[in-house]
Amino acid sequence: MSATGAAVVRGGTVVDATGRRRADVLVVDGRVAAVGTGLDVPTATTVLDASGCVVAPGLVDLHAHLREPGFEESETVETASRAAALGGYCAVVAMPNTEPAVDSAAVVRHVQQLGERALCQVAVAGAITVGRAGRQLAPMAELAEAGVRLFTDDGAGVQDALLMRRALEYGRGLGVTLAQHCEDAALAGGASMHEGEWSSRLGIPGAPAEAEELMVMRDLALARLTGARLHLLHLSTAGSVELVARAKAAGVPVTAEAAPHHLVLTHAEVASYDPVFKVNPPLRTAADVAALRAGLAGGTIDAVATDHAPHPQEAKELPFDQAPPGMLGLQTCLAVCLTELDLPVERTLALLSWQPAAIAGLADQHGGPVAPGAPANLCVIDPAATWVVDPATLASRSTNTPWRGRTLTARVRHTLFRGEPVVVDGRATR
Amino acid sequence: MAERERAPAPPDGGVFVARAQVMSADDMRRAITRIAHEIVERNAGVAGVALIGLQTGGVPLAGRLAGELERIESVPVPVPVGSLDATFYRDDIGLRPLVPEAVTDIGFGLDGLTVVLVDDVLFTGRTVRAALNALNDYGRAVAVQLAVMVDRGHRELPIRPDYVGKNLPTRRDEMVDVSPSGVSIGSVVR
Amino acid sequence: MTATHLLSVADLGTDGIEEVLRVTDSFVEVSARAIPKVPALRGRTVVSLFFEDSTRTRLSFEAAARRLSADVMNFAVSSSSVNKGECLRDTVETIDAMGVDALVVRHGSSGVPWQVAGWVGASVINAGDGAHEHPTQALLDCFTIRQRRGSLEGLRIAIVGDVKHSRVARSGVLAFTALGAEVTLVAPPTLLPPSLEGWPVTVSHELDPVLVKADVAYMLRMQSERMTGSLLPSRREYTAGFGLTRRRAALLPDGALVMHPGPLNRGVEIAAEVAGMPGSVITSQVANGVAVRMAVLYLLLGGAG
Repeated sequence: MSATGAAVVRGGTVVDATGRRRADVLVVDGRVAAVGTGLDVPTATTVLDASGCVVAPGLVDLHAHLREPGFEESETVETASRAAALGGYCAVVAMPNTEPAVDSAAVVRHVQQLGERALCQVAVAGAITVGRAGRQLAPMAELAEAGVRLFTDDGAGVQDALLMRRALEYGRGLGVTLAQHCEDAALAGGASMHEGEWSSRLGIPGAPAEAEELMVMRDLALARLTGARLHLLHLSTAGSVELVARAKAAGVPVTAEAAPHHLVLTHAEVASYDPVFKVNPPLRTAADVAALRAGLAGGTIDAVATDHAPHPQEAKELPFDQAPPGMLGLQTCLAVCLTELDLPVERTLALLSWQPAAIAGLADQHGGPVAPGAPANLCVIDPAATWVVDPATLASRSTNTPWRGRTLTARVRHTLFRGEPVVVDGRATR
Repeated sequence: MAERERAPAPPDGGVFVARAQVMSADDMRRAITRIAHEIVERNAGVAGVALIGLQTGGVPLAGRLAGELERIESVPVPVPVGSLDATFYRDDIGLRPLVPEAVTDIGFGLDGLTVVLVDDVLFTGRTVRAALNALNDYGRAVAVQLAVMVDRGHRELPIRPDYVGKNLPTRRDEMVDVSPSGVSIGSVVR
Repeated sequence: MTATHLLSVADLGTDGIEEVLRVTDSFVEVSARAIPKVPALRGRTVVSLFFEDSTRTRLSFEAAARRLSADVMNFAVSSSSVNKGECLRDTVETIDAMGVDALVVRHGSSGVPWQVAGWVGASVINAGDGAHEHPTQALLDCFTIRQRRGSLEGLRIAIVGDVKHSRVARSGVLAFTALGAEVTLVAPPTLLPPSLEGWPVTVSHELDPVLVKADVAYMLRMQSERMTGSLLPSRREYTAGFGLTRRRAALLPDGALVMHPGPLNRGVEIAAEVAGMPGSVITSQVANGVAVRMAVLYLLLGGAG
C-alpha cells in the first residue's frame, strides 16, 4: 500500500452483477474511489497490473472450517484466511464445530478477535444447539447480538424434528438464517462413503443418498411450516437438487450451496483408498455430479461453498474408515470452478461472490457492484494462467487437497481486502 | 529341453533347432544297456539300489534304466524308481523364480540305499548339486551315484558322473536336446 | 507372477491363479515329506502384521514361511494395544526399515494393505482387509475344489450367508468366476451388498432350490455381531432359512462339496454332523492353506533378492 493509502488496479475487465466493462479501478482509504479508463491517479499510488484479467468483487465463502479454537494443528484463522485470500476470498463464514463449539457469545468474540488480523473478513456462524449436541437450543439471541447471522450444527444435522422446528421459528424472530447439514444419523450411521456400486465392491460401509434427502425433505417442510429462512449446506445428490427446485417453485424461502468436490469428483476416487477422498457428505455418482451442475446453471443452487476442512497428515493416513472426513478448498475453489464447470464467468462469480454474500448477510460489504463508494473488497483473476496444485505450497497448514497434481486454469493475481492488497502477483503480502 | 540351468523363463523361450544328431535312438538304447551293466557291476547286483530321475529329462531315462536292470538281473522285486524336481533347492534362481516343472515323487525312504541319480544332460552341475541337497531331506543314503546320457562339459562345480552315455564337447552357447528319438546338438531360435 | 504384491485376487488374473495352483501342487508334496522343508527362501524375512485376531491364518502363513526356510517375525497387534489414531504408517515404516522382504497384513479396515504397499519397499500380502478381500483364502478354496473335482470350469458354486460383510465371498467370487465357475449368492436381502452391479453372479433368497443343483455349497460364517443393526431378526430365523442342516445337506447332488472358511458356528450356518460328512472338505481347506501360502510366498520372493 502506498503512502497515500491508494492503489490502482490497471488494465483489467471489471465484471460484477451489473455487467462487464474494460475499466481501471482506483482504491483510496479502503473504498473504491473511481472506476473507468483514463483515471486521474495520484502519484506514488501502488499499481496492480490487471492486464488480461477479470476484476471482480471479492469472493465470499459460506462454509469453511477454520479450526480455531481447539484444532490449531490443522489450521488457524490466520492460515485459513491466507489460503482464502490467495483463492480470491474477502470474506469467509467460520463454522462453529470448534472446541469449544461456538455456542456462547464469549467464543464468538474470541473468533472475531482472531479474525481482526486476518487477511479477509471472518464472519462467525453459531451453533443451533448447545455443544452441537442436538438436544437443547443454543442462546441464539445472545449470539445474534454478538454478530452471528447464520446458525448451523454443521458436522452433524439436527436429528430431532421438533427441536429443528423450534429453532427455525425462534430464528425467524431474530431475522437470522438457519443452515442445515442434512444427514439422517440412523440411516448414515457408520458410513465412510456413498452407498452404491463402489462401496459394495470395496467392502466399505456406505450411506445412501436418502440419508441426505430425508432431512432435506423434512427441513423444506419445516421451512414452509415456519416461514423461516433456511439454507442447505453442501447438497450432494440429484434427489436433493430436485427437492429444492420444487420447494423454490412453491415459494419456500430456501437457499442451497454445493461444494466444488461434489461438482467434479465421484465415488470412483475411493478405489485408491486414499483418505483424501473421504468427505461428508461423500463423493457420489456421476449422475449426482451432473444434477448438481445442472442445479448451478438453472438457479436451484445459489452458491458454491468450499466446506474447507483441514486435517493433519497423520489423520489422513489412517485406514479409510477411521480417517476424518474433509478436504481443503479455499485456495483452489475458484480455479476448480473456472476449469471444470462449463459456466460463463459472470455466473461463476455470482455463485462465488454476490449470491453467497447475500445469504451470509454481508451484502453491504461484499459482492456489491464495483462502483465509487463501495468497500474495496476485490479480486483480480487471470483466467488463462495455468498452475499445478502442489499441497506443499498451499497456504493452509494442512495438505489434504483432492486436487493434488491437477492442472488448473485460472489463478488469482491480486486480492484487495478493505483496500489493502493482501495478495499481490499471486503471493500473500503477509 | 535339457538346458534347465540356462533355460530362459517362459516368456523368453524359443524353439530348438537341431544342427546335428550325435546319438540315434539305437545308440541310446545300447548306452542304457551298457550303463545298466556298469551299475550292476559297480554295486555287485541291484539289491539296495534305487533310481531317482531328475525332472524332467531324467525321469523317462530312469524308467528305462530300471527296466534294463530288472531284465539283466531277473529280480523278483522291481527296482525302486522315484522322480525329483530340485527347483526349490537351486542356488541360481535368476530374475524370475523357476517354477517347478513337475512334482517330486519318492515313495520310499533312502536310508540304507544306494541312490543312482539319473539325468539326461550334465552341464554346469548345479541341478545335480540341488538334487543332492534335496535328497538330504528324504533320508540318508549309503551312497549317491550319478548316471547321465550326455556329459557336455562346462562344469561350474566339482561334480562328476559315475556313468556316462556319451561325452560330448560343446560350445557354451549351444544346446543339447535328448528325446526318445535321439540326442541332437543345436541352438534355440527366438 | 511378476507383481511385487498380492493385494487382490483380481491382480492375478486367470493365468496368475493357475500359476499359483500349479506351484501349490509341489508344495503339497513338500508338506507331506518327513522333513517338510525346502531352502528356497533361506535368508528372507517374512513379517506378519495382524491387526485383527486370527490365530489360524497367522499360523498358516507362519508355517508356510518356515517350511520355505524363511525367517519369521510376528507383530500380533490386537486392537487394544494399537489405539485408533496411533500412526499405522510409523509402525509399518519402522518394520520396513529393518530390511524385511514381505509383510503379511491383516486389518479390520478395507484398503489398509494398499496403503501399506505405498509406504514400504517390501512385498505386501493381503491376509484379509475389512470386508474387502482375502486372496489366499480364495486361492486355497480353488485348489481344494480342484483336488476333488478336477476343474472349476462350469461348476455351480453357491456362496451362502453374510456376503455383505464377507471378504472371503468377495475374493471367492473373483477367483471362482475367473476359473470358469458359475457363482450364485444365497442370502436374505439385508446380508447382500447394496449394489451387485458388475458382479458376475446370480442371486437367490432361497437356499433349497440352489442346493439341488449345486456342485459346491460354500457356507459363510454367521457372526453373532450381525444380529444387531436390524440385519436379521434372530439367529434361529437365519438357520431356518439359510443354515446347512442335515435335511438340506441331503438335497445336494452326489459328489457335491461342502466348504467353510472357518471357524465354524456349529448349529448356526452349518450343522455339526454336516461338517463331518464325506462331502465336506473343510479340513482339506485348512491343510491346503499352508501349501497355497507357500506357493504365494515363493512366487513373490523366490526371485533374486
